[in-house]
Amino acid sequence: MTAATEPQQLYFEDVQEGQQIELRVTPTTQQLVQWAAASGDFYQIHYDKDFAISTGLPGVIVHGALKHALLGRMLWEWIRYAGRIKRWAVSYRGMDVPGQEMICRGRVTGKRVQDGQYLVDLEIWTENPQGQRTTPGTATVILPSRG
Amino acid sequence: MAEESLITDEMRAVIGVESEPWTLEVDKTSIRMFARAVGYTDPVFYDEAFARSKGFRALPAPPHYLGTPVFNPATSDPTFGGPRGTNPAARVRHNLKRVLNGGTDIEYFDTVYAGDVLTATSKVADISERQGSIGRMLITVSETTYRRDGQVVAIARGTIINY
Repeated sequence: MTAATEPQQLYFEDVQEGQQIELRVTPTTQQLVQWAAASGDFYQIHYDKDFAISTGLPGVIVHGALKHALLGRMLWEWIRYAGRIKRWAVSYRGMDVPGQEMICRGRVTGKRVQDGQYLVDLEIWTENPQGQRTTPGTATVILPSRG
Repeated sequence: MAEESLITDEMRAVIGVESEPWTLEVDKTSIRMFARAVGYTDPVFYDEAFARSKGFRALPAPPHYLGTPVFNPATSDPTFGGPRGTNPAARVRHNLKRVLNGGTDIEYFDTVYAGDVLTATSKVADISERQGSIGRMLITVSETTYRRDGQVVAIARGTIINY
């Protein structure tokens, strides 16, 4: 297996405050089942429509933890192999449903050097087609420096 | 007139009490399965030679994946897979009927790899209450610490909202 077009390593010096990143995804019911198996979370509201409706939901909903993991994927695909995610935290404010686009977004809010680590802080969130931030949060990543 | 607090002394008493440890396994198959579920096309999670060529000692665990608890039908939760009795939020006793997953916060101290065996312990870190649009909410933050050979590799904090 080879990466078709391998992205370049991101360095601390490449990042500017205000810079934005995004990852567009449309979770499917198939993906929710894959996530249930991979994460071990078999709560029925994520794959059994009748069950979900019986609990008052409009239908099956995307796992909160999958949204956290997708925001993690957005960060991973941005920082590349010499970067590391230090921390990312989100609140689940709104439900997302399969079959509907969910845009993972990030915006750089600051850069700092602490304990010899080159850190970049971001606000991160998922956005539904109505433009609502359903999963707002923050992240800190560690990048290599050219210095 | 102020309403009576939802938070009882009994609840406060569980704050900070560590659970028994449990074991989680991280392996190649579970990493590939997790990466597939999150939609990664990055070969670093699938191809060991590629991962090594990028400086990883084995397949790295994708962000959020902190291993799979060893399943035992006699002691594991049938829906969530973790050991029964280690979910700290379940130790907070209340009469509220409904529950929401309020949030997730993961902090890494090292990279997790295929082949790692992690030991986790959990505790209730904080209990608070708030009046929201859905009514009075009891907010429980649990904290799970993951160790490899005694060294902390990650701390995950989860927020549960009962209302």
